[in-house]
Amino acid sequence: MLADTAWARRQDRQATQQKGSVQLQWVNMDKVQQVGTTTAPVTVIRPPKGWIPINLRELWAYRELLYFFTWRDLKVRYRQTVLGFAWAIIQPLFMMVVFSLFFGTLAKVPSDGIPYPLFSYAALLPWTLFSSSMTRSSNSLLQDANLLQKVYFPRLLMPLAGILSPLVDFAIAFVILIALMFYFGYTPGIRILALPAFIGLELMLALGAGLWLSALSAKYRDIPYVVPFLIQLGLFVSPVVYSSNLLPARFQAIYGLNPMAGVIEGFRWALLVTDRPSNLFFVSVAIALVILISGVFYFRRCEKTFADVV
Amino acid sequence: MTDIAIKVENLGKLYRIGQIVGYGTLRESLMNIAYAPFRRLRQPRDTNHEPSATSPQPNTIWALKDVSFEVKRGEAVGIIGRNGSGKTTILKILSRITAPTEGCAEIHGRVGSLLEVGTGFHPELTGRENIYLNGAVLGMKKAEVARKFDEIVAFSEIEKFLDTPVKRYSSGMYVRLAFAVAAHLEPEILVVDEVLAVGDAAFQKKCIGKMQSAAQAGRTVVFVSHNMTAVESFCDRVILLDNGYLMKDGRTNEVVASYLKSSANELLEQRWDDPQTAPGNENVRVIYAGIATEPGHDRHYLTIETPIELVFKVLNFRPDKLLHFSVHLHNQENICVFVAPSKPQALPEGVVQGICHIPAYLLNDNTYTTRLMVHFQGVYGVDVQNILIFEVHDAGREDWGWYGKWPGVVRPNLAWNVELLNCD
Repeated sequence: MLADTAWARRQDRQATQQKGSVQLQWVNMDKVQQVGTTTAPVTVIRPPKGWIPINLRELWAYRELLYFFTWRDLKVRYRQTVLGFAWAIIQPLFMMVVFSLFFGTLAKVPSDGIPYPLFSYAALLPWTLFSSSMTRSSNSLLQDANLLQKVYFPRLLMPLAGILSPLVDFAIAFVILIALMFYFGYTPGIRILALPAFIGLELMLALGAGLWLSALSAKYRDIPYVVPFLIQLGLFVSPVVYSSNLLPARFQAIYGLNPMAGVIEGFRWALLVTDRPSNLFFVSVAIALVILISGVFYFRRCEKTFADVV
Repeated sequence: MTDIAIKVENLGKLYRIGQIVGYGTLRESLMNIAYAPFRRLRQPRDTNHEPSATSPQPNTIWALKDVSFEVKRGEAVGIIGRNGSGKTTILKILSRITAPTEGCAEIHGRVGSLLEVGTGFHPELTGRENIYLNGAVLGMKKAEVARKFDEIVAFSEIEKFLDTPVKRYSSGMYVRLAFAVAAHLEPEILVVDEVLAVGDAAFQKKCIGKMQSAAQAGRTVVFVSHNMTAVESFCDRVILLDNGYLMKDGRTNEVVASYLKSSANELLEQRWDDPQTAPGNENVRVIYAGIATEPGHDRHYLTIETPIELVFKVLNFRPDKLLHFSVHLHNQENICVFVAPSKPQALPEGVVQGICHIPAYLLNDNTYTTRLMVHFQGVYGVDVQNILIFEVHDAGREDWGWYGKWPGVVRPNLAWNVELLNCD
């Protein structure tokens, strides 16, 4: 079959050299038509200069790839495990049990009048989402370094997919939260409608951090060591095992500089009807926005050299 | 609408070699950032992040410099050159994987780049899943992959293992599946790097066929390869790069020939002007050895279709004895292809020329070393190893459509009688 095409090609060439047979004319017409009807997009490649804004249209064009990256993460995550997606529940659940035992029962950490297991689980849920999405997105470039060097797509997709796939784990673990709420006699009120906003804030934050860290990790291999350390630290700096009410009011705004404080207190407020988070929440939103926007710009700036340095 | 698909102007790419500045430790880089504003105060004009072209820094290298060319719509262009000549860098810039340091490139149409087969394959996923994933990575829409799915599976010949994780595949199956997906990419401009280096001969054949049909369908193809036979059969035009510079851009056979000429490790001629130091003894001394060929052929580019002449000149001091030349030819694998002696004959004192004719269609494509002996009956003459080294290139493979290495020590054009026998 191949010999045939090769032969045909040679015949083609010979025909061109002679006069151009009828068949060849036809082939050329076909070509011309094809060229005439397609409006080819023009790409201009130049050396990058300065700060490049985000190209939303291109991101939209590549939405299917984002879907496939997320899908791949999900498919691969629990392959060849016995418990599969049960791991999404086991992790926060066991943390909750340990925390309840040591901080709740033994250390008697005040929990704003909420049963300690519920109090800590409602915080562990967003915390787990944050830590796994931030870890995934900051490792995304190194993990798929090979892709970076071999094929083009908007690099933003990689950290973006990293924050999306842990959402499924979050949804599964959320079922346990509802069960716990029933067990302790809590019915979610109208405030639960605000929950997506807090999840959104959290994802913004995770993406912002992921963008910064992944862009840095392409160049500095220190980052993979920094991330687990940051997360360990963050667990205790954020109000997961304790309530932010432990802090004096004048420190609340400063405490909000840790944006996860706002997110976690927001979760408790929406689900467990605690007091409205103080002004720390607004500080958290502002910080999350700053991290996200600066992260996008930093990432875009480094993007062009990823393939060379990674 | 222009008929130009790719237009490249003064493209250059600078790489830092050795330690990338600030690479390694975060501390260094933090220091750099801290000092940066002061540095800029001192050198107010230097706002460029890359070192400028006019003042190359010691630890940098231009992987590509001042490269300009155009590719017309529907043209199949090959890029050749030694390792490190910048071929892959061009492909990476054209497929937007890395950015140029200077110059610009304009691309009219969607680019599909194949720098590697199986990019984005995940070992844990099944063949079926990887087809979709790889398709998406290469820029195909999900619907497009779904439409071509059966075709891809048929092409890859792995139907039975479609639902087995790819990590359990043999390497051959893996490559076949990967190429099958890649082969069904249908961009307006196809950029391909060395994909032919993988797979067995039968599979390579399929791959070239696929690329040929892409080119025939009016797609623009830019093809980097070391396989000159494939380049020659498939490209309309070839660009030769050397050390990042564009050396030649023109018709395929001319550029390929000049590349092979420059890269070959040949010894086509040797001369000894001083008879005192020329190899030999008091009986005979060699003063010249050279390769020649018939008019219409280029002795710098010998192919299996070229008649070759090995020309030797010796100083004969023994008219009393019968002299004979003898040539030993060895190929690169050090197999002796033949030993060819001349008929012993009595010759007067003086310069004697001996020409050994190697007909066309005898030698296979290979590099040959020649050993020359000149002896007399019962008297030792001269024995020179590696007196000539020449390369015979492949040619005219279109008829077979197969571009792998042609086996065999020799490559005779044997007579065949092929005819239809009517059974009546």
